[in-house]
Amino acid sequence: MIEVHTIKGGIHPPEEKALSNPGHVIDCPMPPKLILPLNQHIGAAAEPIVAVGQYVLGGECLATATGLVSANVHAPTSGVIASIDDHPVPHASGLSNCCIELIPDGEDKWLALNGTDDFRQATPADLVTAIRCAGISGMGGAGFPTAVKLMASDRTPIDTLIINGTECEPYITADDTLMQVNPAGIIEGAEILAFIVGAERILFAVEDNKPEAAAALTQAVVDTASSVAREVVTFPTKYPSGGEKQLIEILTGQQVPSGKLPADLGIVCQNTGTAVAVRDAVVAGRPLTHRIVTLTGRALNKPANYRVPLGTPIEFLLSIAGYQAEQSSRLVHGGPMMGFAIDDPRIPVVKTTNCVLAPTEQEFPSAPSAQACIRCGHCAEACPASLLPQQLYWYARARDQEQLERHNLFDCIECGACAWVCPSHIPLVQYYRAAKGFIQDSREEKIRSERSQARFEARQARVEREAQAREAKRAARKAAAQAKTTQDTEEDPIQAAVARAKARKSEQEVTE
Amino acid sequence: MIDTLMQNPTGIALLALLGLGAVFGALLGFAAVRFRTEGNPIADQVNQLLPQTQCGQCGFPGCRPYAEAIANGEAINKCPPGGQETIEALASLLDVEPEPLDAEHGEEKAPRVALIREAECIGCTKCIQACPVDAILGAAKVMHTVIADECTGCDLCVDPCPVDCIDMIERKTGIQHWRWQSPDVIASDRVAA
Repeated sequence: MIEVHTIKGGIHPPEEKALSNPGHVIDCPMPPKLILPLNQHIGAAAEPIVAVGQYVLGGECLATATGLVSANVHAPTSGVIASIDDHPVPHASGLSNCCIELIPDGEDKWLALNGTDDFRQATPADLVTAIRCAGISGMGGAGFPTAVKLMASDRTPIDTLIINGTECEPYITADDTLMQVNPAGIIEGAEILAFIVGAERILFAVEDNKPEAAAALTQAVVDTASSVAREVVTFPTKYPSGGEKQLIEILTGQQVPSGKLPADLGIVCQNTGTAVAVRDAVVAGRPLTHRIVTLTGRALNKPANYRVPLGTPIEFLLSIAGYQAEQSSRLVHGGPMMGFAIDDPRIPVVKTTNCVLAPTEQEFPSAPSAQACIRCGHCAEACPASLLPQQLYWYARARDQEQLERHNLFDCIECGACAWVCPSHIPLVQYYRAAKGFIQDSREEKIRSERSQARFEARQARVEREAQAREAKRAARKAAAQAKTTQDTEEDPIQAAVARAKARKSEQEVTE
Repeated sequence: MIDTLMQNPTGIALLALLGLGAVFGALLGFAAVRFRTEGNPIADQVNQLLPQTQCGQCGFPGCRPYAEAIANGEAINKCPPGGQETIEALASLLDVEPEPLDAEHGEEKAPRVALIREAECIGCTKCIQACPVDAILGAAKVMHTVIADECTGCDLCVDPCPVDCIDMIERKTGIQHWRWQSPDVIASDRVAA
């Protein structure tokens, strides 16, 4: 048994997890159309490799990764590509982005899937390739391509793999459910991940508000043999224990330094959903096309966890879950702490959609208007990253880039604990997000301006060089022409006349 | 000799001062030659703050010449691409009052890039010659195109084009360039204002 540590700060919002009945998963029926965004992950958008009107099978790759940090997109069922065009996507901006629209034919015919029976026969590099081909990106919320994360751990030896089943955000029970219904899949996926990175131990991290999940995982660990040390660790519930850096501190007592990665401490952290996706990709050869989504909130008649094909429009899901539009105050993609409001319910479920929340006005009253900061300091006590939220707030308002960076704005994980405790209801996180945005913009501008300056100077130098070359050529031509004329006439008559005149003049001067 | 000097304290003082003056003068003279700064350091710092669009809207042929002019006392509010932010940065560097942008030189616009309507391009190379950062690719009598990543949005290629086939479009559109906006001012501030 490892010793569990505590993190600084954190909050205890009402959990509301029982609402969505964790531990049971309902298969979502196939919607009439699937909207598959080309960018469901952090990094570059994938590039479509299918044409409009083309018939595709389930599991077929529709768009391939461009560049290193990117992920493939696959068809969740068989059907016809109806369009490749802009469509509203799940994003805080509410903007549209390029999506592939797939009309399912209802037959759900799949490609022949080729898995590996014994992953230990394969090399870690082959397994990473399989994971990359399956289009897996982190399913906990951030959506960083998993293959890239595994490759990044190449540089340093890894001793610990953490499977993150913390799910500390209120309302969400997707990981809880997954741990209860498919503990064997999580264990197998974790074994594969540990094999790839060469970890010697696997820690399954579960908060103590999910005893059934912890019990299911423990049982599955007991039932299977393994060459690595495995342990299911439970620890007291607190938000945001599930943040990667926070979880590492809870389990190991070590802090990931600012600007460093967990890999620098010999640790890799993966979500439970990601582990199952890895298992499916390697063992079954199945790409990532479905995920478990928690549909919850008191504006739904049937809140539950659904296994949903990626690309399912949220409005379709809501209709299945018995959505009472008149009772709902708003719709949220993700959890109540870190999610964002949905403007348009036509947006689809993507790889990072762990929850769709439809609360009533009583559950989520509209935010009272913000009052002045009274400098109470509650936010600094709540911050799990040991930052000074109040200072950051003042500097963000003043747009003081230097001070924001000095106060480590970029270590803010945007968990919202500071805003939750703020008695003046200041939307602190929004200030930090905006500040991060303008700092990023100004960094990009700086790089651009340095490049343009270098190019401008290079051009100036070139123009000058060319002018000099022209001048030199002209001078050479002139000299050549002159040489030619002197050769042509042995003695220039005009020059001779001038010389004679000069001679006469000087003679006169002498006589005078 | 020493006796005469002893009787003349004013002379000693004068000699001592002259001596000191000569020594330190020589030192300073040596330092001025040995540690001479190349170029104008203030102009360099100013140049760092300018946006490097090289558009010439300030009336100088590029950012560097304008930076040198500012170092010699030119007004700091003649740079529309830099906008108010650049003016404020310059004001704090030079310790002067920030002024509003001089409307005579243009207004602040969102960053733009040039886009050649390629079907209409006749391949005259006039825009290539006008581009201050060599961001247009092409040759005589073949189609030209803008390297969008290198384009500073300076506008200088638009006028020389004999067939008007160059458009200036906004650079930062789309979801990747979207940024969170700062919240509105807080309620109590609104009351006070």
